[in-house]
Formats: sequence, structure tokens, C-alpha cells
Amino acid sequence: MNGFYTLFYKEWLRFWKVNVQTVLAPVLTALLFLMVFGHTLRNSAEPYPGVGYSAFLVPGLAMMSVLQNAFANSSSSLMQSKMTGNIVFVLLPPLSYREFFFAYLLAASARGLVCGAGVLLFTVWFVNLRFEHPWWIIVFGVLGSGIMGVLGIIAGMQSDRMDQLSAFQNFIILPLTFLSGVFYSLHSLPPLFQGLSHINPFFYIVDGFRYGFFGVGDVSPWLSASVVAVCLAALSVLTLYLIRTGYKLRH
Amino acid sequence: MVPAIQVEQVVKRYANLRALAGVDLEIAQGEFFGLLGPNGAGKTTLISVLAGLSRATSGTARIMGHDVVQQYRQARRALGVVPQELVFDPFFSVREALTIQSGYFGLRNNSAWIDEVLHNLDLTEKADTNMRRLSGGMKRRVLIGQALVHKPPVIVLDEPTAGVDVELRQTLWRFIRRLNEDGHTIVLTTHYLEEAEALCGRIAMLKKGEIVANDTTQNLLKRFSGFYVQLSLEPHVLPPTLMPLLKHETESGFQLALKDYAEVEQVMATLRVAGAKVIEMEVVQPDLEEVFVKIMNQESA
Ligand SMILES: Nc1ncnc2c1ncn2[C@@H]1O[C@H](COP(=O)(O)OP(=O)(O)OP(=O)(O)O)[C@@H](O)[C@H]1O
Ligand SMILES: [Mg+2]
Repeated sequence: MNGFYTLFYKEWLRFWKVNVQTVLAPVLTALLFLMVFGHTLRNSAEPYPGVGYSAFLVPGLAMMSVLQNAFANSSSSLMQSKMTGNIVFVLLPPLSYREFFFAYLLAASARGLVCGAGVLLFTVWFVNLRFEHPWWIIVFGVLGSGIMGVLGIIAGMQSDRMDQLSAFQNFIILPLTFLSGVFYSLHSLPPLFQGLSHINPFFYIVDGFRYGFFGVGDVSPWLSASVVAVCLAALSVLTLYLIRTGYKLRH
Repeated sequence: MVPAIQVEQVVKRYANLRALAGVDLEIAQGEFFGLLGPNGAGKTTLISVLAGLSRATSGTARIMGHDVVQQYRQARRALGVVPQELVFDPFFSVREALTIQSGYFGLRNNSAWIDEVLHNLDLTEKADTNMRRLSGGMKRRVLIGQALVHKPPVIVLDEPTAGVDVELRQTLWRFIRRLNEDGHTIVLTTHYLEEAEALCGRIAMLKKGEIVANDTTQNLLKRFSGFYVQLSLEPHVLPPTLMPLLKHETESGFQLALKDYAEVEQVMATLRVAGAKVIEMEVVQPDLEEVFVKIMNQESA
């Protein structure tokens, strides 16, 4: 059991021990969204030919769950550890900055993916879901949870108090995920908003993820995967640098 | 033999405050070392620099010869720190906390040692209790356990006995003493000076980020040489010539500060001449508290 594995395991336990709040609750939220939106908008035009609105909605909701929970995991874990002071337990041992980074990242990804899989597991019975390109589903699941795990680490390091983290969550994460095309296809938007959506990296994650299910999307999955991978790599480099310099972790 | 701890010209600034103002300190392997100083002197700051929790503004620190920044892995492996703040992870039980902590150090199959630590800290019964359900003193004991899981050669305890009951304090010191006898270097901060006096072979005193004394405990006690004589007189009047020696007066008598035993003779002679009868006399040795207070006042004068 090396340091990295232990830290990952600890982070995993931290959310798994309270899985009612950390997994079940988000899955339930997604189901409520599906019921309400799926019902009210059931007669709207098919977003893609042959794909009903409810079916269209499910991958988006699953991805939203992945994104929000991956972010919540690393950010709240770090922020709470800093606030309560028990961060010293991971700062005192000889863990390298890479081990630190990947352990938090992997645990965050894991929670995001568990939540996303949970949403799919509960919804697949009610909607007519297809799984055209399972590999794209996995690729975007991993990329999406990864990017949010990294953002969560940054937010957790940056925040010293709950309200700072909430601000991060409410003013950045929530708008970007809601406006990423979870609830609609870009083509239904006026041109200005279509253009704006293209600078939202989460749009590519949702679109690529949905492509994995239906084989259609607003842009090519290759383009989406490239955009997201570049963002993930850039954010990871930044975060590794921050951890190495001890930003807001070591005075 | 490399020193257990070697600190050279360490400065730590917080904005416009100099928490450490160029500290030099060397602690040999196997020492039982006391780091004393009033609140805000910089003890915890110095420990944080050693532990890598905080980075020195300038200067270097080494643990067992390993630089705490350049060779942080070796340095941290050699160091066990009991933090001053009572921190804990509410998600885990006592045993989980200790097992996870050993895992961070890359140790597997450490349960025999963990059991021994639990036993010595009188925590065996609470091993499977969640951290949240422990009393404050028990939480502190777990913190001590967490610092010991990897059997570090150098153990730093930042006020380990704050809030720990008398009985356990005894057990704890026995355990720490045994670790010291087994070769572990112990560094201790405490505000209980009797504790430091009884345990530490050498003591450094820190004040406003500077070391103002660093000597063996014996030498420190001797340094402000002299002792006190507690006298009860009949009548309760001190001859004026002895007034300069008076440290303080109580209802029952006078306490005089003397430099050596020869002075006792003179005092007695003076009393005889003045016709004062000695009802009771007691020699009081200075304790560390006395020395501490003197050093702290002296430097500010
Ligand atoms: N994170 C920080 N930011 C700003 N100032 C700090 C910080 N940590 C400590 N200080 C300041 O540094 C000085 C030394 O503090 P330190 O905690 O080292 O004292 P100490 O000797 O451990 O005191 P105590 O006996 O109360 O534990 C104090 O003036 C304190 O206010
Ligand atoms: Mg302190």
C-alpha cells in the first residue's frame, strides 16, 4: 500500500461511506429533472431525427451528474481538510505533489463516474436509450470527470471558507454546466448563443458524450475530445504547479 | 553522526511580522530536547518549517541531514510531528486513522506496531470508535499515535499534554521516555515547565522569534545561580541590612535570594546581631519557571 494508493483509498472511503448523500442524492436529482423536463417537453420537436426528447436528455443529465459530483468531491474534501486542519495528515507524510494530485483527481473522477453510471442505471429502463459508440461514452466520461476533478482541486486549494467554494460552484460551475447543452441541442439556439456555447468547454463534453449514445452530435466527437483533452492537460499542468509550490497549502 | 535536527539562520516572515528572526539550532540524535517560549514566540512556526508545513523565508533546515525542502521525502520520513491544534478526520475510526496514516508513509502490514501504539496510548478499547466520539484528550492521543506510526527517528511534540489528564500524562511520558531510550530523538514544546525540567536534557528558549537561551537543563538551572531561603522570624521584622536580599514577604516570613551557601552564614550573623530569632528556615532551589521568567525579562530589558 503506497502513499498514492492510500490517499486515493481514503478519498474514496470519504465519499463512499456517505454514499446516500454523495451518490444516491445526485442520482435522485437527475431523475427528478428527467421526470419534470421529460414530461413537460415530451411533445417538443425531436432534437435529432429518431431521438426523442427524454432519450436526448438522459446522457446530458448523466454527464451533468458526472461533472458536478467530480467537482464536489475534490473541492469539498480539500476545503474541509484545510478548514478543519486535518490537511496536515497528508502534508506531513512524504507524498509527492504528483501522488497528491492524482489521488485527489482519481477519487473525484471515480465519484463522478459512479454518479453518472447511477443515473444511467436508473433511467435506462424508462427511455429509449441507444449505445452506438460505447468507447466515446467512456472517453468523455473520463475526460469530463477528470476536468472537473482538477477544477475541484484548484477550487479547494483556493477556498479557505465554505462561501468561497460556493461562489466558485454557483458562479462558474453551475452556469457552465447548465449552459452546456444538457437540456437542449445547440441547433435550437439563436446564432449568438450557438457561438457562445462553442467557447464553453463543457459543451464539448456533453456533446461528445451524447454522440457516444446516438451517433449524432452538434460537432464531431474528435473535435470535442481534442478540445477537452487540451483543457484537461492545461489545467493539470497548472494544478501540479500549484501543488508543488504549496499554494495555499503550505505557508 | 549527523544531527537529528539542524536549523541554520531560519527566518519566517508573515507580512510585516517576523515570526522567526534568524534561528540557529542543532539537536543531536538521541536528545530529549525542550523548546520553550511564551505564546507567539515562534515555537509552532519553527516546527512547521521543520515539517514542511510552512516554508522558511530564508535559511535552511535539515532532519537527519536531509534538507526539508530539497530532500523532503527523506526528511519527512524521518520526522513524526504531533501538531498543536487538535485536528482529526471525522470520517474514520481510531484504527482507520492510524492505518491510513501508515499507508501514507508506504507501510503495509503495520498492524502489530499500530496495536502497540494503541496499547501504549491506552486507546485499545477505543480502536474502533469513530474519531468524532472521542474526548479531547483521546483525540490528542490519537494525534500522538499518528505521529508515531512510521517509527520516525525524530519525534516533535507540540504541546502534547495540553488537555490530557494526569494519569495519562504519566503513561504518556513513560512511553515517550522509552522511545527516547530506544534512540529516538524527542523535541517537545510545553507550557508546563516542571514537565520540561523533569524530562528534557537540553532546553532552548525562544522569544519573539529569537533563541535567547540554549543550554542543558542543569546549566540553565545553575545559570541564575543561587537559591532562596525562606525564613520565619520572631519578631516578624527583617533587619534593614538584609532588605536588598528580600525577594518577597509573606505573612509567615521572608524569602531571601542568595548567591551561595556562604551567604547563609552572613544572614544568620546579621539576624543574631539584630536579635531576631529564626523560627523556621527552608532552602528553596530555583526551578525552571524561575529561570524562564528571568530570561524572558532579562532580554526585554
Ligand atoms: N499563518 C500565520 N499567519 C500570520 N501570522 C502567523 C501565522 N502563524 C503564526 N503567526 C504568527 O507568528 C508568531 C509565532 O506564532 P507561533 O504559533 O509559532 O507561536 P508559538 O510559540 O507556537 O505560541 P504558542 O505557545 O501560543 O503555541 C505569532 O505572532 C503568530 O501570530
Ligand atoms: Mg504553538
